[in-house]
Parts: sequence; structure tokens; C-alpha cells
Amino acid sequence: MYSLSLHFFYPWIYLKKRIFTFCTIETGQFFSSGHTNNWAVLVCTSRFWFNYRHVANTLSVYRSVKRLGIPDSHIVLMLADDMACNYRNPKPATVFSHKNMELNVYGDDVEVDYRGYEVTVENFLRVLTGRLPPSTPRSKRLLSDDRSNILIYLTGHGGNGFLKFQDSEEISNMELADAFEQMWQKRRYNELLFIIDTCQGASMYERFYSPNLMALASSQVGEDSLSHQPDLAIGVHLMDKYTFYLLEFLEEVHPASQANMNDLFKVCPQSQCVSTPGHRTDLFQRNPGSVLITDFFGSVRKVEITKDTINLTSSVKPPIQSIAEHHVLQFVADVSSQNPKQKDWHPPDGFILGLWTLILLVFFQTYGIKHLKHIF
Amino acid sequence: MHFIRQVTTAHSSIITERSNVSSMIKQRCLLPLLSGRSGSCRLCETFTPAPAKDQFQEELVIRPLHSGDIYASFQFRTLWDTDFLQEGQKKVSHYRLFPKSLGQVLSKFSVQELHISFTQGFWRTMQWGQPFIPSPPGAELWVWFHHTVSDVDGNWKELTNVLSGIFCASLNFIDMTNTVQPSASFKPLGLGNATDHRFLRYATLPREIVCTENLTPWKKLLPCGSKAGLAVLMKSEKLFHSSFHSQAVHIRPICQDEQCTSKAWELRQTLNVVFDHYTSGQGKKEWSLFKMFSRTLTEACPLASSSKVYVDITDNPELSPATPLLSQAVVLGDRRTYSVYDLTRAETFGQLRSFNLLLRWKGDNMLRPLLHAERYVAGFGLQTGEIHTVIYNNHPYRAFPVLLMDSVPWYLQLYIHTLTVTSKSRDNKPSYIHYQPAKDRHRPHLLEMLIQLPPHSMTEVTVQFERALLKWTEYTPDPNHGFYVGSSVISALVPSMVAMSTNFTQDQPLFSSFVPVKEESSYFVRVYTEPLLVNLPTPDFSMPYNVICLTCTVVAVGYGSFYNLLTRTFQVDEPSPPLAKRLANFIRRIRGVPLLA
Repeated sequence: MYSLSLHFFYPWIYLKKRIFTFCTIETGQFFSSGHTNNWAVLVCTSRFWFNYRHVANTLSVYRSVKRLGIPDSHIVLMLADDMACNYRNPKPATVFSHKNMELNVYGDDVEVDYRGYEVTVENFLRVLTGRLPPSTPRSKRLLSDDRSNILIYLTGHGGNGFLKFQDSEEISNMELADAFEQMWQKRRYNELLFIIDTCQGASMYERFYSPNLMALASSQVGEDSLSHQPDLAIGVHLMDKYTFYLLEFLEEVHPASQANMNDLFKVCPQSQCVSTPGHRTDLFQRNPGSVLITDFFGSVRKVEITKDTINLTSSVKPPIQSIAEHHVLQFVADVSSQNPKQKDWHPPDGFILGLWTLILLVFFQTYGIKHLKHIF
Repeated sequence: MHFIRQVTTAHSSIITERSNVSSMIKQRCLLPLLSGRSGSCRLCETFTPAPAKDQFQEELVIRPLHSGDIYASFQFRTLWDTDFLQEGQKKVSHYRLFPKSLGQVLSKFSVQELHISFTQGFWRTMQWGQPFIPSPPGAELWVWFHHTVSDVDGNWKELTNVLSGIFCASLNFIDMTNTVQPSASFKPLGLGNATDHRFLRYATLPREIVCTENLTPWKKLLPCGSKAGLAVLMKSEKLFHSSFHSQAVHIRPICQDEQCTSKAWELRQTLNVVFDHYTSGQGKKEWSLFKMFSRTLTEACPLASSSKVYVDITDNPELSPATPLLSQAVVLGDRRTYSVYDLTRAETFGQLRSFNLLLRWKGDNMLRPLLHAERYVAGFGLQTGEIHTVIYNNHPYRAFPVLLMDSVPWYLQLYIHTLTVTSKSRDNKPSYIHYQPAKDRHRPHLLEMLIQLPPHSMTEVTVQFERALLKWTEYTPDPNHGFYVGSSVISALVPSMVAMSTNFTQDQPLFSSFVPVKEESSYFVRVYTEPLLVNLPTPDFSMPYNVICLTCTVVAVGYGSFYNLLTRTFQVDEPSPPLAKRLANFIRRIRGVPLLA
């Protein structure tokens, strides 16, 4: 009977090994990650044929995320230009990530939600914060809730503190941090993983201040992210180095994999990437070593087996909360009721002190302390 | 009793609504049986499938073209005997073959007729003849709303947004600046007694690209998806590597018999593609299904009542496997012979259970298309220009009228007093003109004219325009590419050399029954011209800061040096006291105390 009932569900629902000893363990261990659904927002911000690699970057992350279980309805894919059916593409309807045309990341089953001129800073921020016009279709919305883990991937051309959209506008790191804070205030995510593959990418996550954010970037401030390899038949660079090695790493991950974030931080060290990838985990509650890759890249569902019969026709009463679940909820309530962080007063730092000391020194040196009473 | 309860929220699935009725019965019946309960299979007893009121047909027409290319046209038709627009009764909720997403769109927005097409490439009429289903490059959407709708513009706006989500296209760029209400073209193709053109909306997006992301949701609307039947041939890598690719959805209400006693809703999904293996130098004039689509057919769609492949053999190509079934049809004013392969019969697939068609083509003659049009921009510079539309009537002795519809965006300001229509270098006055001038940033120009074309002639329509300067926020991110002007539409009833049949039969092949034939002596044709690409005066968006800096530096250094050279004189001056002393003096002056030296 189990096999027939499972037939209803998608094949990548994975019953974790712990379920079979469920009768004896507490729910705290079971709900350790706290999320119930996964979303992904994948954005490519560059236009024009020579930025083929940015579209290939985004599509390779899209492919991995779909392969690990997140359905199209939970992915918002934004591509600023069309490379696959571009007239310059010698093999139409394909986007390759490896030279010699080994891997077509475009595939046969792709749904792009925002394309062409629709990929703007305004639309991106509206998708994140949920402030979309009422007639926007569901596939273009990020309908996450407070138990969603969201993966956000950005790629394109960037600089110190900004990311360029379509060669005509920019998004700054402060705007991004404020958008994430809005998402936190509106309880639109449980945990958020932010990956950016641009030049000086680490500057984009410097200003984050909302909790439960983890960020990865392909290069530090002052460094450029480099592209990987050109394909002579297509005539452009196919991928960026960081995302190329990220794709290779993700190809090894399967829905049952126990790989965690520490492995992801090790992707593409400086010897391979030339730039130094960076990461930021101080705003994240859990230890990165206990966070699975599939918590963000996959859509692993938890199935709870119970031996009790549940009467569905009885009057509505709150479900029995286990102690651990109660703790989790209490923690969420505490965090949410905190006042917004006020800017604490810090004593002036060394530079200001030194400047004023210098000014006063020069002044007293010129006139001498004893002359002061004659002057004033 | 063990249950499995899913803790998480469910996926939204596109396929669950149209799962097979038979498998649903199986699942519902087997569960209680396996659970160990004896006897009561209550679900099975009360569940009797209702008589099917919908049917699905699919067909593929393959036609070798005069230029050596090959034209393949897929048509999938779902007929459903229901009424989406009835008031006061229960809304339609059980969908079987008809896709639920489109059904909900029809009932929510009270749509009488909907036609949407996505095209990549331009149909070359002179080399390829007339297509079965014409379509302009880019995206085109025209909709007739039901006469009970009170706010047509609001419904139109929401409809374009919903369709952009369904088809993964940026149809949300359709707004009042590119929507028109044609008064005479685009009459309803199905049943429609609504001739009030206030309920018609037409818009086109010439810049819209078509790629796999548009094909994927289009394929998911088919009852069998891309898993069985003719749709297995639709592999995007082959379909988009072609000269012309067009996919469309047409929904309209039609009569089911001659007397029109019962009506049904018809959904047609069409996909036209022209493969250019021969003209691009990749091969000889021989094709097979495998070479064109990289797949062969293995079975017909089980939900289809008819599944056929027609191959045009009028020019006597070599065809294998041969088939005794032949059919003749008069389509587009020409009598052509087709070989018919019926995929619902198992012997079509032979022993290998796969059907691959091989065609070797020799013929060279083609019926010259009787109506043909071109369009281009003349003039020089970025201030003014002239739009020329040239319409050719290739009929040797018959003259016929055509309806020309032009929709020009507001930033090309037309001077209608310069409109001239000349045929055979003589003035040709149109018998009907409908012109709606543009309003800046509100609506485009709409020009509709009924022109009588003399036999065997070329008619030229010219109008001058001036290019507007847009505000700097209105430019696209790549303004130097240019701005597109949508295709002109020429609709005509062309006199036919061969008598068309007006008989209404249900067994007509789909490609000949798309446009209803009202009279025997003419057939309806719609010709689209090329879209135009015009450059508007574009400011230089690149590096204004650098330019200002450079200019100011040059001016300051150059002018400043000259000024100093000419006017600077040197004189001895006492050193002024240092700042601290001056500040102390200032404070002393305020106190009234004598100043320092």
C-alpha cells in the first residue's frame, strides 16, 4: 500500500532515514531546519550577446535547482536577454556551459518568468518584497511565507557596492539590504541564501542587517571575477569561473546528499578561481556545518508518519504542539517582537579623535597656553 | 491503520487536472480494496463517467515548397460542447481535454474569441506561397469580448497580464499605447453576431522573441502533452533552427452542423515551421521525419479521435512508405492532392512500431501567389521619413478590393495630408477610410483603407512622418537598436481559380477548415508585411559625466591660462596676518578690546 500511495507524490520526496526511528526521537531533531517549502529567485542582469556567460550562469543554477526538486512554480527566473534563440547563436535553442557543447543548460523544459526589458531593478525589488500590481500572474510572484527557505542568485556586471542592470541602471547594496529587511518584517522568509557572481561581489552583502541571512560571493572588494573558457564555435565565453565550479559541485549533489554549507564555502578556492570567494554567516542562526545544501537548493519534503487516527470532522482545535516546536515558535515570536535595531551611540573613533587633537595642538602651539587669556 | 500525511504545502501541478478518467477510477477503487476493508467500494459505485462532450483531433501537413524548403504545419483541435459565458448557471469546473487555464481565462474575462500567435521569422510569400495560418513576426493578440462586458479596457489589461504568465512572454507590455480597435479588419472568425468594434482589441509586439520557454507551456496545454501523438516531434532544438517558426492558439465558438442547432467551443493550437536545410546548403531536396525533427512517430495520442499526417504530393515527389489513402482538397485557391497516413491504425507504424516518412522532391513549379505585399521606410536622417507599402495583385484579369490596416506608434507622427495611393502611376482613391490619429503617449495611429486593386498591378501607399524625441526615461536599455513598427495587415477575399467547396463536413482536414468559406469563388487571405525598424533621435547615454569633466577641464585650463596671461599684473603686497590672528582680532573687535599687531 505504501508504494501505491507514494505513487501520488513526486518521486523526489525523500523519507529521511530518521523517520523510521521516529517513534523514539523528539520532534526537535525532526524540525531542525524549520522550513517547509523552498523558493528560488535567479536573476541574470546583463544584456547583449557578449554577456552570454551570465545567462549560462543563471541557467546552470536553474538546472541544478530543478534537478534537486524545486518546481517551476516555485522558481522566479529572470533573464535580461535571450541567448538561446538569438540570431547569433549557431545552435539555436541551446545555451552551453561547457565548451565543445557538452552540456546544454537550457534544456527542453524551461520557463522564464521575467525576460527582456522586464528585468529591471524595480521589478526585482517588487518580486522580493511582494508589492506587485494585482493583475500579476502567479508565476511571476514570490509567494513565500515565514517557513520558506529562499535561494537568491544574482549575476552580471557589478562594482563596489552596486550591480548593473541591463547597462542602464544599478541596484546598490543598501537597497538590497533594505529589501531583505522588508522581507524579514513581512515574514517572507525563514532563511535566505544569497549568492552573487559579479566583480567585487562581496561588497553587495556587506550591508545586510536582517537575521537568518547567509551570503556567498565570487570575489572580494577590489577583485574581479573572471570568466572561464571561451568556445570557438559560439565565439563567446561560456561561463564564469565561480559558477562553473559551483555547477560542478552541484552536479555531485543529489536529493539525499548530506553535503553542508562548509563544503559550499570551499567551492572554487583562489587557485582555481583567481579571485577569492567570500562568505558571510554572522547573521545566520544555525551553524553552517549543520545546514544541508538541499535545504536551499533542493525541495526535500518532510513526511510525518503517525500511528494515531485523526478525526477530521471534529471542531477546530489547535494542533498539539510538541515541546520543541513550541520552543521554535517562541523563539520566532521573540525575534519578531524585538524593536528595530536603533543606531547605538558609539564614542568617536580614532580618526576623529586624532583630527581634533591635531587641530587643538596646532592652535595651542601657535599661541601657547599662557597667551590664551590675553586673546580671549 | 497507517496513513501518510504530507506536512508541507502541495506543488501546483499543471497536469493533475487532466489526468485520465480511467486511471482515476483505478486509483479510487483500488485504495479501499487494498486497505483491507471488504465490500464497500462506495466511490466506485457512484462514479460513472459522463458521456464525453469533447473531442480532440490532431494532424500534421507536410508541404514541400518551391524554394526547396519544407513546410510542416501541426494543428491540434479540441471541440467542447459547453458554454463558458452562460450567466446564472454553475460555472464550468470539470475539464477533461480542454486546458483548465484557458477555460478559466475565457470565463473570467468573458472572451468571445481569442487569437494569440508567437512568430520568429518572416513568411516569404513570393518564395513559399500562402501559409495555412498567417501570422506576423513577434507576438500578436486580438480578442473579441462578449457584448455583456462593461469595462473592456480593464478586462483587456488583466487578460494580457494573465496570458503573459501562461505563455511566459512579456505580453504585459501591451497597454493603451499599442492597442487599437480596428473597425473593419479582424471580424470574428467564429460565431459572432457582435459587429460592434468597441469589443475588439488588437495589439502586436514585434520585438517579442519566441524560444523554448514559450513552447514549453504551449505543449503543456495539449491533452497528451509532448508524450504521445504528433507532439513528440516538437523538439525545440530542431524547431527553432528554422527559417520560420510560429505557434498560435485560436479559441472561438463554432457551429457543429449546417443548421447551427448546437454550438461548441473550438480550441486550435497550430504550429507552423519552415525548415531550410536545402537553402542553407545542408542537404539535397530530400527529407525524412527523422531528419527534420530528430524523432519518429511511435503512436497516436490515445485521447485523439483522429490523428493524421498529410503529405502534399501534387508535384509528384517520391514518397516512402507509400500509402493508398489519397485525398484532394482545395485550399487557398488551389486543388492539391495529399497522401494521408492514419496514425490511429496500427499498420501505419509497421513492424518496427515507428513511422518515419521519406520524401524526395523534384518538382519546380508553384502557383504564383495572387496577393503579396511589402513595406519599407524611405528617406534619410533622423527627422523625417516616409512609409511605403506596396501591394501586388498578380491576378491576370480580375480586380478585387483589399482592406489595409496600419497601426503606427505615436512617436512616428504621421502627416495624413501626405497620404497617397497610386496604382499603375495613377491616383487610386480608397472607397473607405477609417483614421484615428494618435495621442502622444496614449494611443497609436490607426489607418484602415479599402483599396480596389486593378488586375496585374502594383499599388503603392505612401505617407510621410516625423520622428518624435522621447523623454530620456522612455528609451529602452538598448535604444540604438531602433524601434519597431508592427506589420501592416492586408485582408482580402481573393478570387479563386478553382471552385472552393462550401460544404460543411466534420471530416474536413483541419488545415482547410480554419477559415469558414462563405462563397465558392473566393477565399479569404490575410497577408502581413514586414515590421519596420526605425531609428529615433537618441541622446548619447554613454559617459555624460566624463564628457562634462573633460569639457570643463579643457575650458578651464585653456580659457583660464589665456585670461591670466592677458590680465595678470604683479604688485608688492604686505603679507596678511595668519588666520588665527585674524580670528582673535575679530573676537577682540566684538569685545571692544584693542587689536593685536
